[in-house]
Amino acid sequence: MLLSMTGIEKNFGGVPALSNTTLELRSGEVHALIGQNGAGKSTLIKVLTGIYDRDAGEVVFGNTACNFSSPGDAQVGGIATIYQELNLVPLRSVTENVMMGYEPKRLGYFIDWKEAHKRTRSILSRFNIDIDVTEQLGKFSTAIQQLVAIARAVSLEAKLVIMDEPTSSLDASEIETLFGVVRDLKSSGVSVLYVSHFLDELYEICDRVTVMRDGQTVAVHKVHDKSKLDLIGDMLGRDVGEIEKEGMTQLGHGFADTGELLLEANNVSTGPRLKRFNLSLHRGEIVGLGGLLGAGRTEAARAMFGVDPLVSGKLQISGQDWTPLSPTEAIEKGLAFLTEDRKVEGIIPAMSVRENLTLALLPSLSRGGQIDRAREKQIVQQYIDDLGIKTTGMEQPIRELSGGNQQKVLLARWLITDPDILILDEPTRGVDVGAKREIQIIIRNFVEKGVGVILISSEFEEIVEGANRIIVLHEGESVAELSNPGITEAALVNALAHGRVEAA
Amino acid sequence: MEYGITSLRRLGKHGGLIALAILLLFNILITPNFLQLQTLSVNISQVATIAIVAMGMTLVIATGGIDLSVGAVMALSGALAPLIFGSQFGTDYPTLGLMAALCVPMIIAMLCGWFNGAIVAYIGVQPIIATLILFISGRGIAQVLTNGNLQTFQNPAFSYLGTGKVLGLPFQGWLALVIAIILSLVISRTTFGRYLLAVGGNERAASLSGGPVHKVKIGAYIVCSALAGLAGLVVVAINSASDAARNGELMELDAIAAAVVGGALLQGGRAPIFGAILGAVIIQLVKYTLLANGIEDEYALIAKAFIILAAVYLQMGRRVKHA
Amino acid sequence: MLDAGSFDLRLYVSRNPQSIAVWVAMVALVIFGLIRYDNFGGAYNITSFLNYNAMFIIISVGMCFVILTGGIDLSVGSVAAFTSVIAAYLSPYGIEIALPCAVVAGLAFGLFNASCIVYLGIPPFIATLATMIGAKGGALVISGAQTVAVDWGSNFTKLGMEKAFSVFPWTIVVVAAVAFLLWLILEKTTLGRTVLAVGGGEDASVMMGLKVNRAKYFAYALSGGCAGLAGVFLASGFGAGQPLEGIGWELSAIAAVVVGGTLLTGGMGSIPATIAGALLLGLVFNILNFENGKGVISISAYWQMVIRGAFLFAVILFQARVMKTKQQ
Repeated sequence: MLLSMTGIEKNFGGVPALSNTTLELRSGEVHALIGQNGAGKSTLIKVLTGIYDRDAGEVVFGNTACNFSSPGDAQVGGIATIYQELNLVPLRSVTENVMMGYEPKRLGYFIDWKEAHKRTRSILSRFNIDIDVTEQLGKFSTAIQQLVAIARAVSLEAKLVIMDEPTSSLDASEIETLFGVVRDLKSSGVSVLYVSHFLDELYEICDRVTVMRDGQTVAVHKVHDKSKLDLIGDMLGRDVGEIEKEGMTQLGHGFADTGELLLEANNVSTGPRLKRFNLSLHRGEIVGLGGLLGAGRTEAARAMFGVDPLVSGKLQISGQDWTPLSPTEAIEKGLAFLTEDRKVEGIIPAMSVRENLTLALLPSLSRGGQIDRAREKQIVQQYIDDLGIKTTGMEQPIRELSGGNQQKVLLARWLITDPDILILDEPTRGVDVGAKREIQIIIRNFVEKGVGVILISSEFEEIVEGANRIIVLHEGESVAELSNPGITEAALVNALAHGRVEAA
Repeated sequence: MEYGITSLRRLGKHGGLIALAILLLFNILITPNFLQLQTLSVNISQVATIAIVAMGMTLVIATGGIDLSVGAVMALSGALAPLIFGSQFGTDYPTLGLMAALCVPMIIAMLCGWFNGAIVAYIGVQPIIATLILFISGRGIAQVLTNGNLQTFQNPAFSYLGTGKVLGLPFQGWLALVIAIILSLVISRTTFGRYLLAVGGNERAASLSGGPVHKVKIGAYIVCSALAGLAGLVVVAINSASDAARNGELMELDAIAAAVVGGALLQGGRAPIFGAILGAVIIQLVKYTLLANGIEDEYALIAKAFIILAAVYLQMGRRVKHA
Repeated sequence: MLDAGSFDLRLYVSRNPQSIAVWVAMVALVIFGLIRYDNFGGAYNITSFLNYNAMFIIISVGMCFVILTGGIDLSVGSVAAFTSVIAAYLSPYGIEIALPCAVVAGLAFGLFNASCIVYLGIPPFIATLATMIGAKGGALVISGAQTVAVDWGSNFTKLGMEKAFSVFPWTIVVVAAVAFLLWLILEKTTLGRTVLAVGGGEDASVMMGLKVNRAKYFAYALSGGCAGLAGVFLASGFGAGQPLEGIGWELSAIAAVVVGGTLLTGGMGSIPATIAGALLLGLVFNILNFENGKGVISISAYWQMVIRGAFLFAVILFQARVMKTKQQ
């Protein structure tokens, strides 16, 4: 047994993220860690590598009890990690990002850059990457950056390599290369902890799998003993038969008739990350945007919402040409945009629930610059009740709420503006299972009322089950459109990996 | 240990008032003549100018920025006023001259604020650099206008700004209070105030929610410079003299210190207007306490340094991670 | 420079567009000066120019390190004033004692800053603002609020007056040595690269396992030490310790760093470009003096301030435009 984590507890401000969690890994094993977004996988990894202090529990690594207090500590102890949010420094060169802390030295102290560049090139060649290693890392695509992060971790000569969503931006051939590297690691006795929500990948390289749900370890299996549906059942905590009948999410419906054309995008481009985007949206329908990390989905949303200026192409709202110059204009036109990362672009942490909720509605809530306090309180309370937001009161600072409730407040921020078009970028990310279902139901209700929804989600069961149509993006271009009923996860994954639709 | 830190944090929330209470008590008991009207007037007079500028600085800090040019703007506006009411026009039409002498410097000050805000908002330069431009050149402009000369004058109407008394206490003290009330209402009741706090709290979120980020930032800088301009006029009125080289010297530091001690967070998102007054009062009181008890000014500086550190540390809340 | 592997001019220009301004402007001003004024290129002007700007160059390179970590150091001017008094007091014991002691005093202030920032978590702007105020008070206290004359009998004043090997003034030699050392550290040691990484992404640096806190302590201590050295120059140049000097120095240093193209948020920048920035700002002053000397126009000291402000504005505009086109 290489790694044994038992009884791990972790709370954030009173909200439990991990309860009595366990994880065990053998030497030379490729072990999968799966669970929905918000199940606690990343938190568990951060507890192991010392980014978070655990509140309780034991960690034994390589037969010694350990208490890593920082990622540097963990690295020295033999654990190399690739985190989900690429932890690299885009302003620095590729070589620096790979070699930082381990640069080859002359006279014991001065960095030998020539040698550093050479070594970096050879490390990257293992991943079939041939780039100018002296160039700034930020200049390269997300896929390259992800591979650089992986290359760094693999070159650290660790006993355990943790990979958190390593394939989120990689295409099929890059994934094959990665699998080759994983198999190499295994044969040299290195263990790999593999986190991915592309369940098919597990069957290719993993030996055993640990399933987490709501901060707890719910199952440990040999991968090939269980079917994919069994694993999904464990992740959701629901009966396999029920899932087959009702679907994994609350977004599936029956694909009723949709209404008039609301929004159309024709060959829209905003720059190198969004080159040719096409979409049409009708009342009462959900259009999903599918694509790998870095494919341009968020860029498409930003283009439609007036955040990034159009370089070419056209947008039309209800048949009329429209050039969005700012989010303010987009909101006036009836659009709403729930952004991907609520910490970075969503919540105003110090402000109250009430103030966060009404932020996009202020122009309508005020007369002559003065805010109508009474009306504000009235509608805020209404939305708190309707959406089931758990808070001690509307004056509570939003940063004290759980992730799921924060997300509900942000969703309310947009629903309260009574939009015709609702763009949702990862609406259930980092949200517990219960809140996830509630948010999905809210979305479904609004669609049935006639709102048009554009949905971006990396939990593809949400778009597979919920979307009337899926537009697949690849490297900034719309390359395929899939239609429901009839979309399967396999077809979608295929389209993502290969950049085009293949017969399912 | 845990309990000790929590109660320390709670102290931070009300720390300012507690510190003020302690200082007042100490002075009432120990310093001779503290409660006399004369002492109070002198203190209020000195605090008011800093408080007025600090309130403007609080607004700018609330947007996540900083304004280093306030001292230069004070010098500029203080230089303009005597030039106007002392000119031919001002002597021929004294009332109009006085009004112009009050309005024109304020307008120029607001233009300076617009300049700062535009560079920060439209060109995207960091506030510390953007406001550095006027910091370097503003005082120079003032000195060019006055040829480097000290301007003295006799204008009782104008001097009321700095020497007048209402209910026995200095006019500028009341002025500062009125400004504080107005600003507090703006922050808590208007869309401008709400957007201001949102921009400082999370600029991207505010922008994506349709907030007019550029306008709000420029507005904050305009108000800050306007208040600095006002303070410049007050200083000139107090002294019946305008010294473009000295007016407002180092004021930016005092204003930032007062704002920060009063609870403003440098990353933005909070605008404690009355806190700015409180911060200015605490710093002034410490200085006065030391001076009145025979300790030189230099030690007051060292004390000021520790007050700032303590005030900021206590108000930082739970977000601190120990390395 | 991205790293000191090997120097390629075209690559440098394409990867560091924000530094183009400073080199171009410096060359342009030098050529302008050489053409327009006699004695501009003369040995006297060059050596007195470098002599005068030595203090600013040293403070600017120290400030560069701090800014590269994404921080700022407002205390450098006051610390220099403080250490100039210390150096003056210790001048009877000779420069061999006075200089190191002054530098150590500067280091101590730097470590104090770093402790407040790293251990207490106080934002760099506030922490160094407080130190600036405290050091100023401290300088006044230890000097009794007066300038402190140096001991002319010792070898202390040789620093400001004499030349090494009868060619270069000692000040220039010291500055060059310090600049070279700092360049070496920044480009060729892990510590230096960590400083750059921290500014470019502090969270990422922590997750990569880098010693972030050590880099910060180093940067602030270095800035303090440079301020300490500048204090020695101040004392030897004026012939006395100056407790009231140093006001505004930090802003000149920040301007030099920014003009040189270092990002104020950190992560990218270089020592040579910072020195160029400091020299450029000094050159503007130098040229204005020459212009006055010509007698054709008389630019008062006040107009000079306005011109310097306008100059900074022009550089900033240029850099902003360059960055915008680079992003597209």
